[in-house]
Amino acid sequence: MGELRPPAEPRRHLLAIGDLARADVERILETASRMASSLDREVKKLPTLRGRTVVNLFYESSTRTLASFELAAKRLSADTMSLRSSGSSVDKGESLKDTASTLSAYDPDVIVVRHPSIGAAELVARCTGASVVNAGDGKHQHPTQALLDLYAMEKALGRLEGLHVAIVGDALHSRVARSLVQALALVEARSTVIGPPTLVPRCFEALGCSTSNDIRDLAEADVVYVLRMQLERMSPGEAFIPSLREYTALYGITPERIRPGQVVMHPGPMNRGVEIDARVADSEAALVSDQVRAGLVVRMAVLYDVLTTAAAPQRVVAEIV
Amino acid sequence: MLFSRNGRSDSLTLEGRVLASAQGIDECLRITVTDGVIAGIEPAAARTLVIAPAFVDPHVHLRTPGREDEETLRSGTDAAAAGGYCAILAMPNTEPVVDSAAVVGALIELARAEAVVPTGFMAAISKGQGGEELTEMAELASAGAAAFTDDGKPVVSAGLMRRALQYSALAGRPLALHCEEPALSRGGHVHEGRVSAEIGLGPYPSTAESLMVERDLALAASEERPLHLMHLSARESVDALRRARNAGVPATAEVTPHHLCLTDEAVRPLDPNHKMNPPLRSEDDRRALIDALRDGAITAVATDHAPHARHEKDVPFEDAPFGVTGLETSFAALHTYLVLPGELTLETLLERMSTGPARAFGLAEPRIERGSRANLVALDLEAEWEVTEDGFRSLSANSWLLGKTLRGRVVRTVADGREVFVA
Repeated sequence: MGELRPPAEPRRHLLAIGDLARADVERILETASRMASSLDREVKKLPTLRGRTVVNLFYESSTRTLASFELAAKRLSADTMSLRSSGSSVDKGESLKDTASTLSAYDPDVIVVRHPSIGAAELVARCTGASVVNAGDGKHQHPTQALLDLYAMEKALGRLEGLHVAIVGDALHSRVARSLVQALALVEARSTVIGPPTLVPRCFEALGCSTSNDIRDLAEADVVYVLRMQLERMSPGEAFIPSLREYTALYGITPERIRPGQVVMHPGPMNRGVEIDARVADSEAALVSDQVRAGLVVRMAVLYDVLTTAAAPQRVVAEIV
Repeated sequence: MLFSRNGRSDSLTLEGRVLASAQGIDECLRITVTDGVIAGIEPAAARTLVIAPAFVDPHVHLRTPGREDEETLRSGTDAAAAGGYCAILAMPNTEPVVDSAAVVGALIELARAEAVVPTGFMAAISKGQGGEELTEMAELASAGAAAFTDDGKPVVSAGLMRRALQYSALAGRPLALHCEEPALSRGGHVHEGRVSAEIGLGPYPSTAESLMVERDLALAASEERPLHLMHLSARESVDALRRARNAGVPATAEVTPHHLCLTDEAVRPLDPNHKMNPPLRSEDDRRALIDALRDGAITAVATDHAPHARHEKDVPFEDAPFGVTGLETSFAALHTYLVLPGELTLETLLERMSTGPARAFGLAEPRIERGSRANLVALDLEAEWEVTEDGFRSLSANSWLLGKTLRGRVVRTVADGREVFVA
C-alpha cells in the first residue's frame, strides 16, 4: 500500500457535507480505497488507531450504519463501544448534552452520533472535546452515507465527475438526499431529484441539483438512486401523497423504467414493491450490496481522517503502510 | 393599568442632546427632575449623551407565575430598566394562564412588591388559551388587565375571533393577536425557503402568518373594531396591513429587533438561540419590515423577550423551544444594525420604541415636558460593548446576540420618576 496523503487542513468533525471541500472528499475516497485493499489481506486488522477510543451513540435504530462504524473502528484496532438509547440513561430521561458530557469523561477520541433531531451532532460537537462524526441527524445530514455512495459509484462506473444521478422519491424528509446532492455537486457530478411536488420542495435546487416531477426524466441518468419511502409520511394530517399505490404507479422503480447500462442504488432498508420493484432490487444493475461493503471502508477512512488531523499524521501513515 | 413598587420619587438632572420627535424636540438641554417630575428644561452645552423619552415594550414574557426559574417580575423589570424601558406589558401564557381576575389581581400585588419598572398584565382572549371560550373580559379589565391576547397561540376559530372583537368593546382594552395558521405551521421550525429545504428543518411558510393576518383584518374591518398585530415577520403580512390601514381599519402592528436584524440564513449553524416564532424570514421580508417601520405602517418595536432555562435551549435545534431574550439589547442591536448603516434614523427608532407602542396600547406617552412624570432614557451612542452570558439582569441568557459587539448603550433609565438603572 502506498503512502497516504495527509489531510489538507484541520478538520476535527464530520458534521455535514457542506463542511467539506472537494479535496477532502477525494482524500477520504482515496483513503477508503487503500483501506479496501488492506481488507484483502489475510489479517484484516490494521494497527492504525490502536489506543484510540471510538464511541457510537445511537438514538435511532440502525443496522448498516452502526454495524459498519463498529467494525470499522475494530478493523483499525480502536477500542469501541456502542450505546443505544434503549437500555441506557437516555431511558431515564437524560439529555443528549448530559449523556455526551458523561461519555466525554472517558476521553473518547471520536463520538459517532445518530439522533432523530436536526442539530444533534452540532450540539455534541459543542459540548465534547472529541471529534464528532454525524451518522444521521433527523432530516438534515448523513455525510458518511453520501461518501460511501460516491465510493460505490466510482468503483462501479470508474468516475464521478460528469456522472448524472437521478435521485427518486421523498427528498423532503431525506437526510440521504440532502447529503448526496451536495456531495455530487462537490465532485462535479450532476443530480436530478425526481418525485411528487409535495415531497420535492421547490427550493431543493439550492443544494445544487435540478428537480422534476416526471419519472421519465431518469432515462438520461447513469445512476438511479432510489430513496426509501417512509411509511409514516402517510399518517393522517401528514399525508404528503394520496396513497402508496399511486406513488408506486407514478414513481416506483420497475424493470420497465430502467434502461440497460443504468445502475440502481438504495440506501436501505428497502420497501420492496413500494419504491423499488423486487426484480430491480435483485438484478445485476443493483449496487445495494456494494454500498454496504463501501460503508465499511469509507467509515474506516472517515475515522482515520478525523483523527489524523489531531494526531501526528506521518506516524499514523507509517503504521498503515 | 401599569403597576410597580411604590417607593421614592427621585430628583436628578440629565444633560445632553434631547431627542423627542413626537414633540418636535431636538436640542441640547438640561432636564431637571424634582421628586419624580420634570421641573426644569433649559438650554445646555453638553451633548455627549442622547436623552429621549424612555421606551415602552408591549411584548414581554415574564414567565410568572409558573416559571420563576426563567424570569421573575423582579429580574424581568430589572432587565427592562437596563434596556431603557419605563413601561412593559407582560404576556398571559403563564402557568396558570392569566385568564381570571384572581390571577390578574395576584400579579398586580406582586408587581407592587417587586416590579422596578411599571408593568401591565395582558389577559388571555380565551379561557386557558384553549381557543374555545372567551375569558370574562369586562371583569378582567376592571381588575386591571392592560389588553387581551392568546400570544404563543393563535385564535384558531374565526368564529371565536369575531366574538372576541365584538365583546372586547365591553372591556375597552385592545386585542393583540399572534397570527399563525396551525395547519400550515405544524411541524415548522424555520421559514419555508432555501434554508429549510437545505437543512431539512420543518418549514413554517410566510402564508401561515399572512393568511391569519388577512383573516383577522377582514374581521376587524367588518366589525369596525381595532386590533394590534404582534411580531410581524412576512412581507405578505405587511402588505395586508397596509391595505387594511389604507381602507381605514384601525390596525396597529409591532416588529421585533430580531426580525429587523436577521434572516433565516442566521439559522444555519443550528444554534437554538436563533429559533423563534414566527421564524426569521428572508432578506426580502426583512426589507419589508424595515420599510414599514420607517414609514409608519408598523409603529412599534416589541422585543418578544422570551426567557428560557439554559437546559431547555441546550438541546438539538429541532428540539429547542421558540424564543429569545431581548429587553437588554433591543436599542443597542437596532442602533448597531439599522441606524448606523443608515437603514433607519435614530429619531424614528426612538419614536417607534416609545410613543409608537404607547399609543398602540393606549398607555400614557412618555413625554419630555415640564410637569410630567419623568420617563427618560440616556444613551451613549459611542459606547461599544460585548454581549456576554454573565452580563444580563434577566435570569435567562438565550440571546441571539451572545458574543456580538454592539455600539450604543443605555446608560441611565428613569421610569415613573424613579431612577431605575445607571450603567
